[in-house]
Amino acid sequence: MKKTYKIEVDCANCALKMEEAAKKVEGVAEATVSFMAQKMKVEFTEGADDKAVMQNVLKACKKVEDDCEIFLE
Amino acid sequence: MTKKQKRVLYRIIIAAVLMAVLHFVPVEGYLRCVLYLIPYFIIGYDILRKAVLGIIHGEIFDENFLMAVATVGAMVLGVYQEASGGEGEFAEGVAVMLFYQIGELFQAVAVGKSRRNIAALMDIRPDYANIEDESGNLEQVDPDEVEVGTVIVVQPGEKVPIDGVVTEGVSSLDTSALTGESVPREVRPGDEVISGCVNHAGLLRIRTTKEFGESTVSKILDLVENSSMKKARTENFITKFARYYTPAVCYSALALALVPSIINLVMGNPANWSTWIFRALTFLVISCPCALVISIPLSFFGGIGGASACGILVKGSNYLEALAETKYVVFDKTGTLTRGVFQVTGLYPAAAFEEKHGGEAQQKLLEYAAYAESYSAHPISRSLKEAYGQEIIKTRVSDVEEISGNGVTAQVDGTVIAAGNARLMKKLGLIHEESTGVGTVVHVAVDREYAGYILISDVVKEQSAGAVEALKAAGVKKTVMLTGDSKAVADHVAAELGLDEVRSELLPGDKVEAVEQLLAAKGAKEKLAFVGDGINDAPVLSRADIGVAMGALGSDAAIEAADIVLMDDNPMKLALAMEISRKCLRIVYENIVFALAVKAVCLILGAVGIANMWLAIFADVGVMVLAVLNAVRCLKVSDRKRHA
Repeated sequence: MKKTYKIEVDCANCALKMEEAAKKVEGVAEATVSFMAQKMKVEFTEGADDKAVMQNVLKACKKVEDDCEIFLE
Repeated sequence: MTKKQKRVLYRIIIAAVLMAVLHFVPVEGYLRCVLYLIPYFIIGYDILRKAVLGIIHGEIFDENFLMAVATVGAMVLGVYQEASGGEGEFAEGVAVMLFYQIGELFQAVAVGKSRRNIAALMDIRPDYANIEDESGNLEQVDPDEVEVGTVIVVQPGEKVPIDGVVTEGVSSLDTSALTGESVPREVRPGDEVISGCVNHAGLLRIRTTKEFGESTVSKILDLVENSSMKKARTENFITKFARYYTPAVCYSALALALVPSIINLVMGNPANWSTWIFRALTFLVISCPCALVISIPLSFFGGIGGASACGILVKGSNYLEALAETKYVVFDKTGTLTRGVFQVTGLYPAAAFEEKHGGEAQQKLLEYAAYAESYSAHPISRSLKEAYGQEIIKTRVSDVEEISGNGVTAQVDGTVIAAGNARLMKKLGLIHEESTGVGTVVHVAVDREYAGYILISDVVKEQSAGAVEALKAAGVKKTVMLTGDSKAVADHVAAELGLDEVRSELLPGDKVEAVEQLLAAKGAKEKLAFVGDGINDAPVLSRADIGVAMGALGSDAAIEAADIVLMDDNPMKLALAMEISRKCLRIVYENIVFALAVKAVCLILGAVGIANMWLAIFADVGVMVLAVLNAVRCLKVSDRKRHA
């Protein structure tokens, strides 16, 4: 399953860091962050609960870049 | 500017004013240090905080860390100088932070601005759809809520929100937001209309054939917004580069701070700690990789944005990059290089017929053929009627007899006319002329006498030859045409357009094979692009390095299958796409080379002590500003080229 989320992040490097952090979260098969589009695309692993996973993604991203925001609907 | 950016701006102004004031305030000693700390914390508290948080979370080497270490180091060094009896230098540390923030702000504003520019270029998202209630009042509803089959009303000046078919009204539609083409399209009841077009003239009622989410406009917006997700090789390179580069620079700085001083100590010389530490700090400021990290994605984003404004949709930075390296372009013939419709391209009356009718012989020949074929719905007869151009008066024709596979005989104004292929003429016992042109031949006999023939063929688009030439000029090594048509037709078109290679009489499956052969024969770094109309060449589109679908407006399959989508069917757009991609890549490489070269030179100068903190600030912020300004150029495509 793939989902796209709107995000808010200030610098390109921070976006890269968010991408790295999101990829390491359990339940995330693949993550891409577009700084330009201010969007994050997440592909979840089979059977993962996307809402729970995204909470962890948000936490992981806040850790590397506390200014960032992911809008989870 | 956003709120956040405004806050940064105020901090910059306050810190700058304070610094200027402090410059003239006659305070000595440690008090000066304390006073300078005020603007320092005003301007840099968030950076320091992020650096500390980074260290706590184990994310050490980033630009916040670089800046924090460099400026804190500079301040500490100032205190040390003060302690050892000299005059401490505190302004530099504050200045580094100040200029770093100015650079960051500039970058944020520039990026935000180009994001908005691109959004404006792609301003095709409709906000509402009008639905008429029973009493004739219009109600604005969210396009998302309109069901398939609903009749919506589009007033002049409004955007068509959802794909559909016109049920009532005549108007002209402006498709320029989708195709970059400024010529309006006329529509009347029964015509399909595509969402995203602007209604120019009259009121239209449209029965929707798709949901909003499936409509052209949604598909296009999705595609453009997601395009920056697919990263180019160059972008990935920079990401990887930054991952190794920043730690490498930090360790080099550490080495620069320690090694020479220790060597000095061992050799019995004075250690000069402060000199070398200062150089190491300068080194850190110079090394910040921001210029690259920001300008390269920005360039690709700009390039893709500029292209979409011309009706060229690129599905990812990687494709834009690959397009610039394209050396082989493979075209499908029908619908791509040619119009895909039959037209009368030659009228050749026989000598006897010409003698009889003089200057009107050609027109007469066409008239007879058009009348004889007037009851047929075959594409050939349609093209004859179209070429004739006048109303067919049905009463002039009688006794129409179609001879399957051969042609037709009919009475026109009481004269027996036979129009058809060579077999028909043979059957009638007439000797016909051999056609010298390429295409389908319609022989005409009038009153059992051979009257001449009409040549009908698929015509080459007027821009095709120019496009092939422009591609060659842009560095394409070889142009190839694939077609299912006969060799004679294919060779003729290829010669007319100046193509390098032709493969004719191919079945659809053979096209994939032909592309695979070409892929195997090319060099590893050379890319192959396939250009088709996207209708039945999806396998070939996906097999090529870059699949380009042309004339895709309204064809979902093509938008789905291709990597690059040309919204209209002008082959010149391919050349324009290549030009945009080459310009974009040139800017990317300019930025990489420029940023790395300036940094390398400054790093060396810094290490040997020639570069001071001010030069370091230029190498960091100045280079970034220039790189961003250069990257923004990607967005611009001149109007002249857009409408070429």
